[in-house]
Amino acid sequence: MTTTTTPPEEAATAKAAPSTGALLLHGLRTNMRQYGMLSALALIVLLFGFWTDGALLRPGNISNLLQQNGYILILAMGMMIVIIAGHIDLSVGSVAAFVGAISAVMMIEHDLPWGLALLLSLAIGAVAGAWQGFFIAYLGIPSFIVTLAGMLLFRGLTQITLAGQSLSPFPEGFQNLAKGVVPEAGPAWRIPLPFEFQLDLGFIELRTEAIGPYHNPTVLIGLVVIAFLLLREVRDRRRQRAYELEVLPRNIWVLKCVAIVAAVCAFTLTLASWHGMPVIMLIVCALLLGLGYVMRNAVVGRHVYALGGNKAAAKLSGVKDKRVTFLVFVNMGVLAALAGCVFAARLNSGTPQAGLNFELEAIAAAFIGGASMSGGVGTVLGAIIGGLVLGVLNNGMNLVGVGTDWQQVIKGLVLLAAVGVDVANKRRAGS
Amino acid sequence: MTAPAGELREAAPVLRMRGITKTFPGVKALSDVNLTVRAGEIHAVCGENGAGKSTLMKVLSGVHPHGSYEGEIDFEGAPVAFKDIRASERHGIVIIHQELALVPYLSIAENIFLGNEQARRGFIDWNGTLRRAAELLDRVGLRERPQTPISELGVGKQQLVEIAKALSKEVKLLILDEPTAALNDEDSAKLLDLILELRAQGVACIVISHKLGEIRAVADAVTILRDGQTIETLPVRESPGAEPELSEDRIIRSMVGRDLDHRFPERTRYEGADAGETAFSVSGWTVRHPVDRERTVVDDVSLTVRRGEIVGVAGLMGAGRTELAMSVFGRSYGGYVTGTVEVAGRAVHTGTVPAAVAAGIAYVTEDRKQYGLNLIDDINRNISLASLAGMVRRGAVDEHHERRVAERYRTSMNIKAPTVHEQVGRLSGGNQQKVVLSKWIHADPRVLILDEPTRGIDVGAKSEIYTVIDRLAAEGKAVLIISSELPELLGMCDRIYTMAEGRLTGEVARADATQEVLMRHMTMNRS
Repeated sequence: MTTTTTPPEEAATAKAAPSTGALLLHGLRTNMRQYGMLSALALIVLLFGFWTDGALLRPGNISNLLQQNGYILILAMGMMIVIIAGHIDLSVGSVAAFVGAISAVMMIEHDLPWGLALLLSLAIGAVAGAWQGFFIAYLGIPSFIVTLAGMLLFRGLTQITLAGQSLSPFPEGFQNLAKGVVPEAGPAWRIPLPFEFQLDLGFIELRTEAIGPYHNPTVLIGLVVIAFLLLREVRDRRRQRAYELEVLPRNIWVLKCVAIVAAVCAFTLTLASWHGMPVIMLIVCALLLGLGYVMRNAVVGRHVYALGGNKAAAKLSGVKDKRVTFLVFVNMGVLAALAGCVFAARLNSGTPQAGLNFELEAIAAAFIGGASMSGGVGTVLGAIIGGLVLGVLNNGMNLVGVGTDWQQVIKGLVLLAAVGVDVANKRRAGS
Repeated sequence: MTAPAGELREAAPVLRMRGITKTFPGVKALSDVNLTVRAGEIHAVCGENGAGKSTLMKVLSGVHPHGSYEGEIDFEGAPVAFKDIRASERHGIVIIHQELALVPYLSIAENIFLGNEQARRGFIDWNGTLRRAAELLDRVGLRERPQTPISELGVGKQQLVEIAKALSKEVKLLILDEPTAALNDEDSAKLLDLILELRAQGVACIVISHKLGEIRAVADAVTILRDGQTIETLPVRESPGAEPELSEDRIIRSMVGRDLDHRFPERTRYEGADAGETAFSVSGWTVRHPVDRERTVVDDVSLTVRRGEIVGVAGLMGAGRTELAMSVFGRSYGGYVTGTVEVAGRAVHTGTVPAAVAAGIAYVTEDRKQYGLNLIDDINRNISLASLAGMVRRGAVDEHHERRVAERYRTSMNIKAPTVHEQVGRLSGGNQQKVVLSKWIHADPRVLILDEPTRGIDVGAKSEIYTVIDRLAAEGKAVLIISSELPELLGMCDRIYTMAEGRLTGEVARADATQEVLMRHMTMNRS
């Protein structure tokens, strides 16, 4: 589309460029919620790392932590989008259980190949989401009610499907969804160091005489990710220049790139020194990249934000509100189905009690990760951060030996505190 | 009932605010502001949006507690320091905000005594409540039963309930923030009469208003603020009831700090070869009320707008102007819509908003906060929302392009914000309106329907928006302006249609149009 009211070009360039400090401050302020959560996560990780004498940060435990929380992270991403759109979904736990049960019936009772069964399961999730999305989007019934009904309905259907029994075991390929790692390939290598490297941070101790052996595919994935992220940074910067937009000063930008590389390196090497990258982590990362990109850059994603921010204004701007809402719930249904399959695979059985309270964990993760009750705010990455905060708390408290009773108390307080701090911040900024 | 002539000027000040300075992080909202209100006086406060009027009133009413600002407040001769609204209300200072604060499902009586319940030993004394409410309603001249739920009242009557609520608190100084902004002429006139009557009963009043005609009609004095400073206090009239001596131009000059001889730009003609061709026409447009299907809200309306032409639609509240526009724009209002719409000579389908946008129609709503903007999002994304499809590159929105577009409008529309990532909710009304306009200009429509394009924004921003509208017409767009401000229509439009009770009652060329002519058409009754 063209704009005919183009201003004189010199007017655009005449404006003085804002100072470095102002730019940084602005960046910090606009992403405050995200940085805040990220530093809270880092703080919790360090705290428990110290507390557990480094047990939390051991490669085996990190791998375990990811596998334990994979399904919650998947649900949290979908829930975040639902909440951004200004809705809520209470049915995800039941939908996950229902789909897990169906997948068990398909694979265990009817011997369907696990790949096909997985695809069919996701399709069933989409239908479940479409069923609820229809009532919410096209009939205008509040999502709280529709999904509360869905919570009962799908829980009941789960019990009917399984006739109250658990089904097991799943084929090994299917189990790998939750428990597997990327298979090792290539030679085992090891580069001896000329000296013994020693690092003692008090709670974590590094001592090694050689680099390696590392899990090759994991290292490769890490390198690909680094290349991808750096390329994106460079391209963004060049594009911003081309459009004459202000860019970060060079040294700060380089610092940012170094930080990105260091973070990815530390993480992948940790995993590579154990059995390698868990499959579930690949799934979560792919979803994070895909959904994050859609929410940020695709028209439909923008429309979700606009709908949650001001539905009336979005409609009058040409947003197809009903279709967008419907799609949001279909997406949630598919993700709930995936989470259900992952959970069933992890448990290695389809049980009627699967997925209990998943919806609450997913909602908590979304709110800890920066969602707003009134919609229109939040990011998919935020949902992951929120989910990890809960996951690390769970894992860390288990390692320290806190009972599940106190764990619940603490998680409740963390949720309250996270949202409380957010509200206080907003109030200070708003008045 | 009026005070004897000449008494006012000598009356002792009931309120004296001296050297008020209020700083927010990064902004000095008020700096050394003085305001003196005499007993039994109606004192107007005016200034552009962002001049500090509301902040000053918040300081006065205790919303910004004592200690958070510098300066002194004397009320009835004694220094006061309010720590919250309740403290100021105990002294008899009551503020009525622009957005009414009534609970829709509670009755009039319950609302009047909300927070101040007429109770005996913790239980509500319903007889006393209803009796006192009835007395108060009588005093403000509202003939409604006290048991009537607020939701059944129009905005004008709700405003009266607010005043009754203030009176129930033994008000000595009533502060009204834009009291007539949402009212039609008839209700406004009633409200102004009531304010005059309250003055006669000894209630002093501070009125914040953009409507200079009203200030001249009722105020005794006016204080003008600009950029957080007191510019001057001017007497409006010699004595209550006397003819006003102060001219509107004088007030405007003081508000903007410059002469506004050219509030409306000289119209620039569209020079294209197809100038004068019909760009937009609506014929036989009839709309029924969405709930009450028996009621015809828009009745057989036909109108045309040519390329490069600015056409006005005048009408009183309830004439069906907004309903006409919204029903044309994607059936966003009403049921059983019939009639045809043509854009550039071709019949177009406008049954949904995307279809209307695709047909080249844009509608800038009268209520930008409710229907025009996503207040929690930034300028950037608000501007792009209606034309995202055009910014897609390889399946994704090109964010850099988007940002550049936003930057361009920030400069060309003079949107006052540090960056395009500023949250729209933090902008002033005028700047918000510029964002909505940018959004629709960027969608590149052939026809722009502007519904009350300058409602609630200050004089300076108004004239900027008029310039933009003129520029659009000069580029060959067809512009339809719906406005309740007749001078605005007279100043901007080539032709003006008038509506009353859903029907078109007149079409007046610019040369023949005067406020009197328009008003005559607008008040034509169904025969």
